[in-house]
Amino acid sequence: MAQIFPKWTNQVPRKLLIGLIVSVNVLILIVWYFFSPKYTDVGYAPTQPVPYSHKVHVDQLGLDCQYCHTSVFDSKQANVPATQTCMNCHNQILTDSDKLAPIRESWETGQPVEWVRVNNLADYAYFNHAAHVNVGVGCESCHGRVDKMEIVYQTEPLSMGWCLDCHREPEKFLRPVEEVTTMGYKAENQSQLGAELVEKNNVSPPEYCQGCHY
Amino acid sequence: MSKYEYVPEPALVKGNHDFASITRLVTDVNLRPTPKGWYLAMIGANILLGVFLVAVGYLIWEGTGIWGLNNPVGWGWAIINFVWWVGIGHAGTLISAILFLFRQNWRTAINRFAEAMTIFAVICALVFPGIHVGRIWVIYWVFPIPNQMYMWPNFNSPLLWDVFAVSTYFTVSFLFWYVGLVPDLATLRDRAVDKIRKFTYGLFSLGWTGSNRHWWNYEKAYMILAGLATPLVLSVHTIVSFDFAVSVIPGWHTTIFPPYFVAGAIFSGFAMVLTLMIVARKIYGMKDIMTDDHMEKMNIIILVTGSMVGFAYAMEFFIAWYSGVEYEQAIFILRATGPYAWAYWIMMACNVLSPQFFWSKKLRTSVGFTFFISIVVNIGMWFERFVITVTSLATDYLPSSWDYYSPTIWDVLTYVGTFGIFFTFFLAFLRFLPMIAIAEVKMILPQADPHNYDETSKEYIAPKVELPKPQAQKV
Repeated sequence: MAQIFPKWTNQVPRKLLIGLIVSVNVLILIVWYFFSPKYTDVGYAPTQPVPYSHKVHVDQLGLDCQYCHTSVFDSKQANVPATQTCMNCHNQILTDSDKLAPIRESWETGQPVEWVRVNNLADYAYFNHAAHVNVGVGCESCHGRVDKMEIVYQTEPLSMGWCLDCHREPEKFLRPVEEVTTMGYKAENQSQLGAELVEKNNVSPPEYCQGCHY
Repeated sequence: MSKYEYVPEPALVKGNHDFASITRLVTDVNLRPTPKGWYLAMIGANILLGVFLVAVGYLIWEGTGIWGLNNPVGWGWAIINFVWWVGIGHAGTLISAILFLFRQNWRTAINRFAEAMTIFAVICALVFPGIHVGRIWVIYWVFPIPNQMYMWPNFNSPLLWDVFAVSTYFTVSFLFWYVGLVPDLATLRDRAVDKIRKFTYGLFSLGWTGSNRHWWNYEKAYMILAGLATPLVLSVHTIVSFDFAVSVIPGWHTTIFPPYFVAGAIFSGFAMVLTLMIVARKIYGMKDIMTDDHMEKMNIIILVTGSMVGFAYAMEFFIAWYSGVEYEQAIFILRATGPYAWAYWIMMACNVLSPQFFWSKKLRTSVGFTFFISIVVNIGMWFERFVITVTSLATDYLPSSWDYYSPTIWDVLTYVGTFGIFFTFFLAFLRFLPMIAIAEVKMILPQADPHNYDETSKEYIAPKVELPKPQAQKV
């Protein structure tokens, strides 16, 4: 009988099998790493209509988060401030700044400034700011050190796994409610304090699907 | 002289066949030019396949709302069809694995055929869990793959066990089928004259030369796979039945479900093998190998499993009464007399009554009657799953939420379309692969068991060894 296949083909099935196993695993790893929000979303820093610097306003001037984001303790949303809030100061300070031209225009026309949203959750996930800050989840736990940001960027992946990291072990992250807006807060004994706060505020974050998806 | 006479087992292969003529009979089908009828059948199957693709395309586009599901009846035709196809798939592994371990030599005539049917039926079944999810693009969530959502399969759920049970079953059945095919693919490779066939059959026969070592490895692999497949025959439909039995719906939450489902699966699987075998052996002239004796043996299995299913139906009623649970009693009375009584009595007639005709030797050896019953049985088994799924949901605990379930045209088209998948695969199988396990049939020929002595003088006669002539001629 004539030879149909050359000798090297003997090794082909074995190599194909090994290659298949390796490439399936590599594919899963690629999707797991490169398709995750940790890779795709963290560091998102869109250009805003006004180059507002949190670093200047919070770190140097000492504004509290709530001076602008007023509704965070009462509402689902931590609101973006209205132009009027900016103008409280800027009708007297830097009134000729080119950078602030859109603010003055908004002030005159009544059309709001179109800020670009940075931290954006999917619509199918229900999130409530008030529910979190009122039990002691600090602003910086999710938004990072905003006081050090020249331009605001996303610091956390906001993926479901990331949410669950805290929902499963809230005691590792909680702080007293009066410290919520503090930047760079460090507890002396987080595990003891966290356990006390969980006990005191009766914190039991949902881990079931319909806790956030409904 | 005893009053009982010894009746020898009927010959497994009829006609005056030797090794060479068996090879020719089976492999000529694959080597001769494609007949016109095959093209016609393939076109029909492809049209059905097109119907399936359209139905599934619309389902993905529009969502599961196109199906007839309503508020109490959240499970409809999709799971009925899934269970029906998986059930049909059971005959193949039973024939190939369990009958192999029990040394039932008659299996060799039909095992290749039944295993192919199993694989294609399981493919049809696996379609339904795949498409029934609303968002098919996240179907990988059923697998334990690490991800940033911490989405992980729920190992408490029988639906997850089902994914693993059926995919394991598919893998083992496929390997079993393929291992059995290797020597026969080598036969085809050696007989083929054109380059494409030589190459393709050569590729898949994995360099089989028929050496002693090859046969030794083959027999070991076959035995191991038979051992692995045997528990799967029982486990797969057991776990399919858990989809129902683990819930707390009246009429589902019963311990009889696993054995009852397995018996029903074998029942419908053998019926399907018969339906296909009776047609195929006539068209391809395989009556010498797939004989009427095989048909009779399979009819006896249908009779046995059909009676087991009938017994299970009776037992469900008995336990419902004996348990004293009023919901359980109500659901069984509603099955027989309620809004779906028509489906219940179709099921009873097809599954319990129809196989009883096979007590008569005349009927179980009649080809036409067997063909008729084999189709009736599969209609009955479809209705069994319909009755179980729909009646328990449509009339559950709260009468205020009861509602009547009817399928939409898309339910029907999806189901009809799966026949397109099945027959497309099956026709391709008949055309390109040996439909009978040639090597195994040769092992059960009388020539394979020579007694080299003279019957009367008891003297040794040296066997005549003839080297077979190469058969690589055009057919």
